Amino acid sequence: MKSIVNFIQKTQSKYRYSIILLKQLVITDFKLRYKGSALGYLWSLLKPLALFAVLYVIFVHFLRFGADVPHFAVSLLIGVILWNYFVEVTTNGLASIVGRGDLMRKLSFPRYVIVVAGSFSALINLAINLVVVGMFVLFNGVELTWNALLIIPLIFELFIFALSIAFLLSALYVRFRDINYIWELMVQVGFYATPIVYPITLVIAASPLAAQLMLLSPIAQIIQDARWAIISVDTPTLESVYGNPLMYLVPLGFVAVIAIFSTLYFKKRSPGFAEEI
Amino acid sequence: MDNGTVISVKDVSKNFKLPHERTDSLKSVFAHPFKSRSRSETQHALRNISFDVKEGEFFGIVGRNGSGKSTLLKIIAGIYEPTKGSVSINGRLVPFIELGVGFNPDLTGRENVYLNGALMGFSRKEINDKYNSIVDFSEIERFMDQKLKNYSSGMQVRLAFSVATILAQSDILLIDEVLAVGDADFQAKCFAYFKQLKRDKKTVILVTHDMNAVKEYCDRAILIDESKIIAEGPASKIAAAYSKLFFEKEVGQKTRQLRRGSNTVTIQDVKVTPSKLNEKVDVFQFEMTIKAHEEVTNPVVGFMVKNQAAQSIYGTNTNIEEVRLGTLKAGEIKQVTWTLPNIFGKGIYYIDPSIIEEGTTAVYDWWEEAASFVVHNEKNTPYIVNPRFKVEVTAKASKNVSKK
Repeated sequence: MKSIVNFIQKTQSKYRYSIILLKQLVITDFKLRYKGSALGYLWSLLKPLALFAVLYVIFVHFLRFGADVPHFAVSLLIGVILWNYFVEVTTNGLASIVGRGDLMRKLSFPRYVIVVAGSFSALINLAINLVVVGMFVLFNGVELTWNALLIIPLIFELFIFALSIAFLLSALYVRFRDINYIWELMVQVGFYATPIVYPITLVIAASPLAAQLMLLSPIAQIIQDARWAIISVDTPTLESVYGNPLMYLVPLGFVAVIAIFSTLYFKKRSPGFAEEI
Repeated sequence: MDNGTVISVKDVSKNFKLPHERTDSLKSVFAHPFKSRSRSETQHALRNISFDVKEGEFFGIVGRNGSGKSTLLKIIAGIYEPTKGSVSINGRLVPFIELGVGFNPDLTGRENVYLNGALMGFSRKEINDKYNSIVDFSEIERFMDQKLKNYSSGMQVRLAFSVATILAQSDILLIDEVLAVGDADFQAKCFAYFKQLKRDKKTVILVTHDMNAVKEYCDRAILIDESKIIAEGPASKIAAAYSKLFFEKEVGQKTRQLRRGSNTVTIQDVKVTPSKLNEKVDVFQFEMTIKAHEEVTNPVVGFMVKNQAAQSIYGTNTNIEEVRLGTLKAGEIKQVTWTLPNIFGKGIYYIDPSIIEEGTTAVYDWWEEAASFVVHNEKNTPYIVNPRFKVEVTAKASKNVSKK
């Protein structure tokens, strides 16, 4: 009985520290992010908007993508913003442990807090960006339905997926310093292998099989579902492409597996970080 | 843990694998998938360390550089995992391994207080309660809303020290000797803090190689050498054991051999007698045996004494002393004996003997740190030399004083 009380107290104090640290790191990161820049937090909006503008001009005006897609501008923006979030969490996460080597060598604190803090900072960014999406939704006259609430579980899925990959990459990076180059490459490939700048309808028209495979990736599934939830129920999703809702088990299962694997791997490696960095 | 024990270190060993070829890139994994990558040397940093620290005890961990004491500190602090054994801690341990961990130059002093506090596990509320005391103690109130990068290094240390000392008032403290850095003013503050900790019966572990601090503050200590505990007991006993260790290990050895010269005349042997000095010794001898390998005339034999910080303290040569060695035939051996005044402060000293051609600067033989000696005074001043002074205070006729 005494040992149970002891255990509970121990767990409480363990997480107390993590929560205090997490809060402070997120606050610090938020304060430091645009410190010294004239436009400050506006950059959080300007960056995705600039990318969106470029993509919009090229793909919609010149290449005439998405002429058949309703509210393609909003659709494009949703894709860009969700993808950017994923990239931010994973690339920042990758370097987070190695980058804080000085702390690791001098203090004992739960190592995972550093990675989690990074993903929360990106989440704040994502929230700001979603406000922009909201404005576009209004300007474009998109008719919102209750479906839009589905964005919450979708972002949750994206959060878990991105964080898991960040855990895996950050722990691997301590040992293998090639990982950042590999990941950079994968991010680039991923950007074009995911229906972000081009509508999935284009892929379906060319090869339905390619579209089916493409949507098995959690990130493509999330982006398409988000478009479905916000813009129109006509947007092709994993379910409509396969005609079988059970196919959701593939991307969701993948997220679950990677989350468990990454957490275990990180947990196993983290006691040695101080020595290895 | 039995009653009153707050830290219990049980049979802790730590091995470091020092890889000969680091597997830093994936290429090496792919290029040689079947090659064993375990080609590494195991360094035993700590072997079977066990001790207990009781509540309210000021406990010292002492040892020379490289003895393993810093590794032990990091294991107690939870930064390293022990390879074997366990450390159990009853209470909240606050490590002062370095002041101002995580300080960010782009944040203000105030923001850094909260960040640094959070890293030590203190919530915003806890820090709010003590914020004013921290600022008061640091004496830099005016600068709290300025960015840390505009602080002088002295101000940064002050702030860091204040955060650490004010916040960690109800905890077990693990203090590394780093606290002894800084200006004299700050050192005085540190020592005053140690005294206060001792008065308040705080549980403290102090890791140091400053025997004066051990004797003054610690109740009990352990001495670590070559990865093992070689002594445990009252502070005075450990301080004595530590000094003994130095005499045994450092004295009389011909240390790091750095020699240059044409070898026309060579230094065959050097000897310092006695090689352990204290303030009772006024003079000591340095003997050099030299051998000519060709016929030479009036080689200039000299020496220089330097301290551990490689500062030259004094030296001379036969030319300056106006002593001529005359002509040495090939194979001839001479002994040169110097009598040196002992003006040294506590520490280790090295002697660089040399032989130079007369009238030029051509070196026959120059042997850096050929010999060493240790000075262990009871009284010490913090200056480079520590000669014996006389001071007299006498009465003076009072009219001279009152006149003005």
